[in-house]
Amino acid sequence: MDIFLQQLINGLVLGSVYALVALGYTMVYGILELINFAHGEVTMIGAMVALSVIGALVGHVALPGVVIVAMGVLVAVPVCMLLGFTIERVAYRPLRHAPRLAPLITAIGVSILLQNLAMIIWGREYVKFPPILSSATHQVAGATISDLQIFILVLSLLIMAGLVALVQKTKLGRAMRATAQAPQVAALMGVNVNSVISLTFIIGSAIAAIAGVMVAAYYGLAHYYMGFMLGLKAFTAAVLGGIGNLAGAMLGGLLLGVIESLGAGYIGDITGGFMGSNYQDVFAFFVLILVLVLRPSGLLGEQVGERA
Amino acid sequence: MTSRFLASILVATLGLSLSACGKKPETSNGELVIKIGSVSPLTGPQSHLGKDNENGARLAVDELNAKGVMIGGKKARIELLSEDDAADPKTATIVAQRLIDEKVAGVIGHLNSGTSIPASKLYSDAGIAQISPSATAVKYTAQGFKTAFRVMTNDAQQGRVVGTYAAKLGKKIAIIDDRSAYGQGLADEVEKAAKAAGAEIVAREYTSDKATDFTAILTAIKGKDADVIFFGGMDPQAAPMVQQMKRLGITAQFLGGDGAQTAEFLHLAGADGEGVIASNPGLPLASMPGGQAFEQKFTAKYGKIQNYSPYAYDAVMVMVGAIQRANSLDPKLSLAELEKTDYSGVTGKIRFDPKGDLAGGNVTLYQVKNGQWVPLETVKSDGQ
Repeated sequence: MDIFLQQLINGLVLGSVYALVALGYTMVYGILELINFAHGEVTMIGAMVALSVIGALVGHVALPGVVIVAMGVLVAVPVCMLLGFTIERVAYRPLRHAPRLAPLITAIGVSILLQNLAMIIWGREYVKFPPILSSATHQVAGATISDLQIFILVLSLLIMAGLVALVQKTKLGRAMRATAQAPQVAALMGVNVNSVISLTFIIGSAIAAIAGVMVAAYYGLAHYYMGFMLGLKAFTAAVLGGIGNLAGAMLGGLLLGVIESLGAGYIGDITGGFMGSNYQDVFAFFVLILVLVLRPSGLLGEQVGERA
Repeated sequence: MTSRFLASILVATLGLSLSACGKKPETSNGELVIKIGSVSPLTGPQSHLGKDNENGARLAVDELNAKGVMIGGKKARIELLSEDDAADPKTATIVAQRLIDEKVAGVIGHLNSGTSIPASKLYSDAGIAQISPSATAVKYTAQGFKTAFRVMTNDAQQGRVVGTYAAKLGKKIAIIDDRSAYGQGLADEVEKAAKAAGAEIVAREYTSDKATDFTAILTAIKGKDADVIFFGGMDPQAAPMVQQMKRLGITAQFLGGDGAQTAEFLHLAGADGEGVIASNPGLPLASMPGGQAFEQKFTAKYGKIQNYSPYAYDAVMVMVGAIQRANSLDPKLSLAELEKTDYSGVTGKIRFDPKGDLAGGNVTLYQVKNGQWVPLETVKSDGQ
């Protein structure tokens, strides 16, 4: 039982990070029907920028670890916001009325560009996250949970709740939903579609920056290549939950994390060693195929009419 | 008239540019050019190791050029063509073909077993010698290719030493590998040797060479009370794995292969790396015959040594040595000379057995103590 609980905790922490990154994919898709494949790289840039700041501060200023990390995040978030804005302005806006394949290709191009740019700036080596955060662990019913895990879980849920409130309760959120439904009609009603789209990218990138720092802190390292797999998993999570749907991205992310964790932990025992944890990713993607075949619009794709 | 004139100019320039592409081994000033290929992952998660290999090879090339190389009475200049295979088997065959088309005299690489094996078929068909500084999978030299060589102890030799050692540390052993030709091959050999030494394999788990999350498989292993966890894979996985073990409260001894026995591992794992044991073929850098001199030269130029650069350096020396003895750029002649190599390099004595494996290599076990790799013992592999 404690092993099961442990796997569940592992999965939820992993899943909450997937969910945060998936939000960026789903917000952009909801408004532009564009898959922003450069989003994983924005996450990576967020982690790298924060680590540069943290690395420069550690050992020079006598501040608690949490404050230093917070300062790193405070620099990374605006940088990523600017990056998200620029990506949309340069790579997607000129192609908004082009065939849908064109912006998809520029998205992949931007992703490769950012990866190589990061490689030039931060080098090929792994960047270490200094051990300045509390590594204390707690025992809960036989399972171990660390302060960092609790922090990631809580912060993720707060950000998600904040985003839902923004989209559902504010004027900006209403403009986003309107643009998602019918951009031309929204424009006629006085919504500045271009700035709504820019803001969508900016908000998504800010969340990505925070997610990037979380991943770097959790695994203790960052690398110019880290955005690729993270982006792929988050994209899968977004599709699993129903791309374009905010609640779907969160559900999809958490579900994917738990499926991966439980799948890798138990598949060997269930199949008597016939299949092992090498099927971890297969398991997650198998669930994705199943969902797509049975519910092509994702788990929550149809139940909610509005997208944002 | 004009159009015909233009067409003839076009044909002429085309002919010129084509002849310029035709690989003349001689430059304008009558100097011979020896092209040596170097292949390693220069992008992706293992690019720090890849760059290290390239730097090792480049150091050797620069030194040889500074000293001056003569082939058939003519002055020769060595040119290093460095290619990136991204540690990916498919890309490896593409860049291998590119080097063959460039008519290289020999190839230093690839870094990984998973890339060296598919590429070795192409080099063999083209008759070009390949010396891998770091591919350790048994299969690499067991395919019957006369062109495949390595200057490092193979996984059968390393796995035997590590597996026997693991059985000494504890009776319940869990094994994880990254599903690469190297990780899987080494893990299989360790499993065999540990079982032979009377240990029980309580879990066999798998991950990938791009993963960073191992909490699921580690939790599964935790449930099986392993005394020792062996990981066959590289440092970008080994370091977070060790940290996640600590976080999950797993107290088993972590054991790794040469992919984990790197400076990068120490840097990334930090305090969590303390006590980890890992093996590396060959001798510790400090005990290598030319280790200290190499370290000085290398660090002055490129910074910290990651792992295999001394082997890449020796591989170039061995390759160029064979070309010089053959006194010709004909790959057939230098290949025959390569088999007869008897060279005292930075890493030790280099001689090849009939398969192209390093004859009589060593395996050293290291443990992290106070943030440094400290050699525990060097075991002579059975000199096959």
